[in-house]
Amino acid sequence: MRLKLLTKALAVAAVAMPLTAAVADAYELVIPATVYRTGPYAPNGIPFANGYGDYYKMLNERDGGIEGVKIKYLECETAYNTKQGVECYENTKATPPSGALAYQPLSTGITYQLIPKATEDKIPVFSMGYGRTSAANGKVFPYIFNFPATYWDQASVFVKYIGEKEGGMDKLKGKKIALVYHNSAYGKEPIRTLEELSKKHGFELQLLAVDHPGQEQKATWLQVRRERPDWVLMWGWGVMNQVAVKEAASIRFPMDHFIGVWWSGSENDVLPAGASANGYLSGAFHAAGDNYRAHDDIKKFVYDKGMGGGDRDRIGEVLYNRGLVAAMWTSEAIRTAMRIHNTKEPTSEQVRDGFEALNVDAKRLAVLGLEGFTYPVKISCENHQGPGKVALQQWDAKAKKWSFVSDFYEPDHDVVNALIAEDSANFAKENNITPRTCN
Amino acid sequence: MFYREAGQFKTSYKADQAIFTITQDRFFIGLFLIVAFVVVPFFINDYWANAILIHFLVYALAALGLNILTGYCGQVSLGTGGFMAVGAYASYKLVTSFPEMNFIVAILLSGGITALVGVVFGLPSLRIKGFYLAVATLAAQFFLVWLFNKVGWFFNYSPTGMIVSPPREIFGFLVTGPEASPVVRYLFCLSFVTVFALAAKNIVRGRVGRSWMAIRDMDIAAELIGIRPLEAKLTAFAVSSFYIGVAGALYFNVWLGTAEPTEAFDINQSFFVLFIVIIGGLGSIMGSFMGAAFMVLIPITLKTIMVDGMGFAVGAAKHAEVMLLGTLIIFFLIVEPHGLARLWQILKEKLRKWPFPY
Repeated sequence: MRLKLLTKALAVAAVAMPLTAAVADAYELVIPATVYRTGPYAPNGIPFANGYGDYYKMLNERDGGIEGVKIKYLECETAYNTKQGVECYENTKATPPSGALAYQPLSTGITYQLIPKATEDKIPVFSMGYGRTSAANGKVFPYIFNFPATYWDQASVFVKYIGEKEGGMDKLKGKKIALVYHNSAYGKEPIRTLEELSKKHGFELQLLAVDHPGQEQKATWLQVRRERPDWVLMWGWGVMNQVAVKEAASIRFPMDHFIGVWWSGSENDVLPAGASANGYLSGAFHAAGDNYRAHDDIKKFVYDKGMGGGDRDRIGEVLYNRGLVAAMWTSEAIRTAMRIHNTKEPTSEQVRDGFEALNVDAKRLAVLGLEGFTYPVKISCENHQGPGKVALQQWDAKAKKWSFVSDFYEPDHDVVNALIAEDSANFAKENNITPRTCN
Repeated sequence: MFYREAGQFKTSYKADQAIFTITQDRFFIGLFLIVAFVVVPFFINDYWANAILIHFLVYALAALGLNILTGYCGQVSLGTGGFMAVGAYASYKLVTSFPEMNFIVAILLSGGITALVGVVFGLPSLRIKGFYLAVATLAAQFFLVWLFNKVGWFFNYSPTGMIVSPPREIFGFLVTGPEASPVVRYLFCLSFVTVFALAAKNIVRGRVGRSWMAIRDMDIAAELIGIRPLEAKLTAFAVSSFYIGVAGALYFNVWLGTAEPTEAFDINQSFFVLFIVIIGGLGSIMGSFMGAAFMVLIPITLKTIMVDGMGFAVGAAKHAEVMLLGTLIIFFLIVEPHGLARLWQILKEKLRKWPFPY
């Protein structure tokens, strides 16, 4: 009986195999996506995956791919689990015809896994605004990119913003800033930077860890209530964000003194708290909303044909747009690779060169139908983190909209770059890497 | 018919006490080992090594360890993830502090350190049993993971608390780090697992293993016939933790290369290894392997069939996979509560008698 079932399943698989392995006579650009549409972080993983996939589908439908070469987009489910991420990576990296051209893990754990492996396999990993911050040093991490800005940039921008609100950086002396963080590598990323900045500006830093998945935060916010920090920063992900916003509201912490990292600033995080989340702030490097030409094209070419990844009315959510912007930079890197290597059939190694020569300025954004959506990004061989600029966006609970409340700040480059140099040097030493020269 | 045992006479105690008393079994096991050691390395690639074979070997080793404690000695433990973490962090500290140390020695020492920790957390087992002990080992799980996540010394003060395995060589071949070839890493794990499985088989057949089983089956009676519960339980904890520690060290160094305690060694690890042992068969060396094969390979197989074969959407396939896996587990445990190993045993008995039903 069991054997029969198994043979049946195998037979079905055998029959279906050739059907799915579509006739690959033309060159295709393979872009695997390690997504998580299941598991504890699915509410955040789904919109990102939809935005990421929809943009590629739109390119395929509208322009016939990138420069006329079709994109082969394939998803692999990780459930935000490192081991499944490894399985996905190994499973998809050699997909014909081009082999995987770039990875966007959307998980700090999986990114750490892939840094050595992908470097060895010569496949670029684009951990957009997450992952290992010191990968910003392209001399040590030739295949890892984390532009447009890192967690350390973000931490320093938040401190800058706080200084501004308090009436000058010198006013930070004696102020209390708490960091509520996801107790994992991801959440710990900003700690060292904030410690440096607290030494520099003289504010007091209070660290409050929240264990995975983050449902349980009563104790954390009791501490906030007792210590009464002037500002609270948050490095959260998934359900932790909405719980934190709710808890903050329940202790009547002023929302406009509560700033989340850009992974803690989506609709999912604030809607459950209703009106009490009004005024909550978060970092951002791109706009929210669907009033751009690229969104119209996605609706027209993808959703009207019934090929969309998600619901039509969720287009333009913060995390959807984040997926979209990730796909945009990745496809521009591939386009750049085609241009500089003068080929229609780029390899993953050439795509890395494309990333390093990436230059998406305001003019290019306008051409792509994303005018003013994000800031210009220019990457080079040694600088993989881009400009590092961060803006703050604020939640308007009445209108149910995120909108920018500040310009794009420059981070405190002195502090951040010194830390990056130190950490990447350590990594190079531990792993016997000789930093390459960039010229 | 399949097993022609006619003419196989045992004429010495040695032959009577062999692990595989039947010639055919010896032949098949020998063939299997030859395939594993000689043939597979010719065909192995990154995917098979990283996603399937090393994955399977590491969990088989961890399951062996837990089986010694839970299956043979009857001490329920939910601290496997924590003990794997001890092995991983011990090996990390050893290889980073003493770069000249032979890597095999480092791994064995990690096992030794884990054994000590295991004995400490095994002490409550002298007073409490069953569920209560499970809760005590649960404390070990949470405490150890918390410790490695909290104390900077364990992860060499890296800013994120991640540990990364530095490249190490054995006989001039890299076994860790991204440049290590899948063949070397696979053979390295396979050698460990083979030696340890053989050792475990012989331990449980000997005096020590019998004392464990006596404690498991009826501890009062065991005490009356002169088995010291203290000795038996603590040796079970020590040997079991040693195995789990080595599994943890391989898991971190050879398989994953990086680890973050809160994710790589969380409570789900403990449950996962416990499920392997329960499905494979409590108190069976073979069962540890069968259970590990079941729990590691079935999800990947299901995923491959559904996503690549039938073209399901990945999210739906994942949900279906979880449900199917649960259904399969229930099905197998209803068919044979003693696990896959017992199923295999019954099958073998039938094959030996076939075509006669008695």
